[in-house]
Amino acid sequence: MKAVLALVRRDIALSFREGGAIGVALGFYLVVVAIAPFGLGPDLNLLARVAPGLLWIALLLAALLSADRIFHNDYEDGSLDVLAMGPLPLAGVAASKSLAHWVTTCVPLALLAPVLGLLLNFPIHTIPLLVLAMLAGTPAVSFIAGIGASLTLGLRRSGLLIALLVLPLYVPVLIFGVSTISAAVTDPVRLGRRFMLCAISLASMVLAPLAAAAALRTGFR
Amino acid sequence: MTFSLTNLANPTRFLNFAGTVIPWLAALTVLLLGVGLYQAVFVAPTDYQQGETVRIMYIHVPAAWVGMGCYAVIAIAALGTLIWRHPLADVAAKAAAPIGAAFTFVILVTGSLWGKPMWGTYWVWDARLTSLLVLFLLYLGLIALWQSIEDPGRAGRAAAILALVGAVNLPIIKFSVDWWNTLHQPASVFRTGGSTIDPALLTPLFVMGGAFLALFVLLHLIAMRAEILRRRVRVLQQTQVQQAQIAQAARA
Amino acid sequence: MNTPFTVTLEARGVACDRGGRRLFEDLSFALAPGEALLVQGPNGTGKTSLMRQIAGLLPLAAGEISAKGAEAGTPTAELCHYVGHLNGVKTSLSVRENLTFWADYLRGDATGGDVNAALGVFGLAPIADIAAGLLSAGQKRKLALLRLFACPRPIWLLDEPSVSLDVASVERLRQAITGHREAGGIAIVSTHVPLGEAFTHTLDLHALDMAEEPAP
Repeated sequence: MKAVLALVRRDIALSFREGGAIGVALGFYLVVVAIAPFGLGPDLNLLARVAPGLLWIALLLAALLSADRIFHNDYEDGSLDVLAMGPLPLAGVAASKSLAHWVTTCVPLALLAPVLGLLLNFPIHTIPLLVLAMLAGTPAVSFIAGIGASLTLGLRRSGLLIALLVLPLYVPVLIFGVSTISAAVTDPVRLGRRFMLCAISLASMVLAPLAAAAALRTGFR
Repeated sequence: MTFSLTNLANPTRFLNFAGTVIPWLAALTVLLLGVGLYQAVFVAPTDYQQGETVRIMYIHVPAAWVGMGCYAVIAIAALGTLIWRHPLADVAAKAAAPIGAAFTFVILVTGSLWGKPMWGTYWVWDARLTSLLVLFLLYLGLIALWQSIEDPGRAGRAAAILALVGAVNLPIIKFSVDWWNTLHQPASVFRTGGSTIDPALLTPLFVMGGAFLALFVLLHLIAMRAEILRRRVRVLQQTQVQQAQIAQAARA
Repeated sequence: MNTPFTVTLEARGVACDRGGRRLFEDLSFALAPGEALLVQGPNGTGKTSLMRQIAGLLPLAAGEISAKGAEAGTPTAELCHYVGHLNGVKTSLSVRENLTFWADYLRGDATGGDVNAALGVFGLAPIADIAAGLLSAGQKRKLALLRLFACPRPIWLLDEPSVSLDVASVERLRQAITGHREAGGIAIVSTHVPLGEAFTHTLDLHALDMAEEPAP
């Protein structure tokens, strides 16, 4: 347990120190959302209607942008070898690193979402639910990104490749994430879908590290 | 006393200069801000249409001047970095970017606070605000680039190139955003009143403009000083590392 | 290193495949507490691969590697320290932070090892709070080697440990290996530079390869 704490704490410290990685993800999120109206037109009614989907898709892209960071740096500098020799099983290493990615990337993105919601004329009274839905759904985003990152370990263009591999896996998160928020806007009674979102996240948190660990094994040189 | 800009080019002289100027400038800023805010809040008349909310203008408009002017400072400093390889130009640009971003953020926030009672929503894709949003994004990009490159020399040159590209692009962005906006929503939605502004409104506006300018210069000098010192610390640490190496080799 | 180690390491009939090619096979050795093995051979004969196999980072194509004498159920990898070509040093963390993390992580819920004492081994204590990114190649190497002292483990796997170290530091490393062996530890070292250490065993992967040569 101490090892998990040490690893998560180090990864969080690193992402705060290394070139403002958190800031870049947040900036990317902002840019993608801010540029969408130039394609869709400034009609506020239209923007409000597409806002849930837009916010989720941009969040997925922003989270993926930093996904190759999950294992890549540790692989490049040899830390991953030493991590594999610690008391944690490799799946534990993958889970800890995915968790750190969630804390340093997805949580800040979810907290930025309300501000971007304002840009898209998103109804203000549903903003708490927007944040909750994103916090509930994003663990799946980070843990599945961990699979992509472990599969593409040490490859060239790994960033693009991760997006190609992982984005299709995000379809369930996207569907239930968007419908949770839309339901809040149009039909607050039918909120049962958010439990679906939590279920997807919990399942990913259990299963994804196993897949990631298996992929990491193949990646060792 | 011979005083010239070339004297300031030397970082040590700059540090001395900044040390003497900063207290005075801070006093001036406080004074101007005090007078300006007093006039803006208590003296200036309310608008017959906008009511008390018009007072947001006294923050919003000067912030816009400074926020945009700051990009000009960065662009000129970028020229200084690339053409004259001035030792302080890069420091000046790097120190200015977060300040510019902060002022632009203030413009956006005050703009949307103003917009809530005017338009009924916090954000409207109005041409001016949209252009400023793009400016804000450019600032963020510059800051991110500086943060991402470890070697200060390379970071400075790369950021300078990006700053100049942005400077060339800004008018084009402004033009295309205007075009985009008028294409989608005819000028009915929002145009600020006429061009004739009452002098009673104008005086506090200019005082606030002066205050914001002084604030910018003050923050900029402080940030530049911090950046120079940060680089010196880095050099000192490097020598410390070398000495540790030599000491260890000598000991054995 | 206060507690004497009692672990023995044994390899039986180990083979290694890299990229579809068999690097070596039928490799066996046994090391008792306090013994040291020097792994020799030209580039590409599998010195690093063997080290990584012992560390559990590469699968064995055949044979088995086992450690006896430790607490039952401990995987061999957790009894080993592996210092390879890469240092596992984070440039944005300070020297102390780097070492503290590895000590905390590798130790897990166990205790033992002292970060502050370890920092003194190679004279990095005066720069303990400086970011590791500012360190020279040799100093980063020393920082990687300090893992050996911050968290005690019985088996040391050192792959070319003397790379970018100066003469004084190589001598300090040799003393450390001797000390480790006196405490009952096992050291497996591959190096091109004579460390001055008297190894109890020598394994020449080239000779092994040559022996296999006529077969195909």
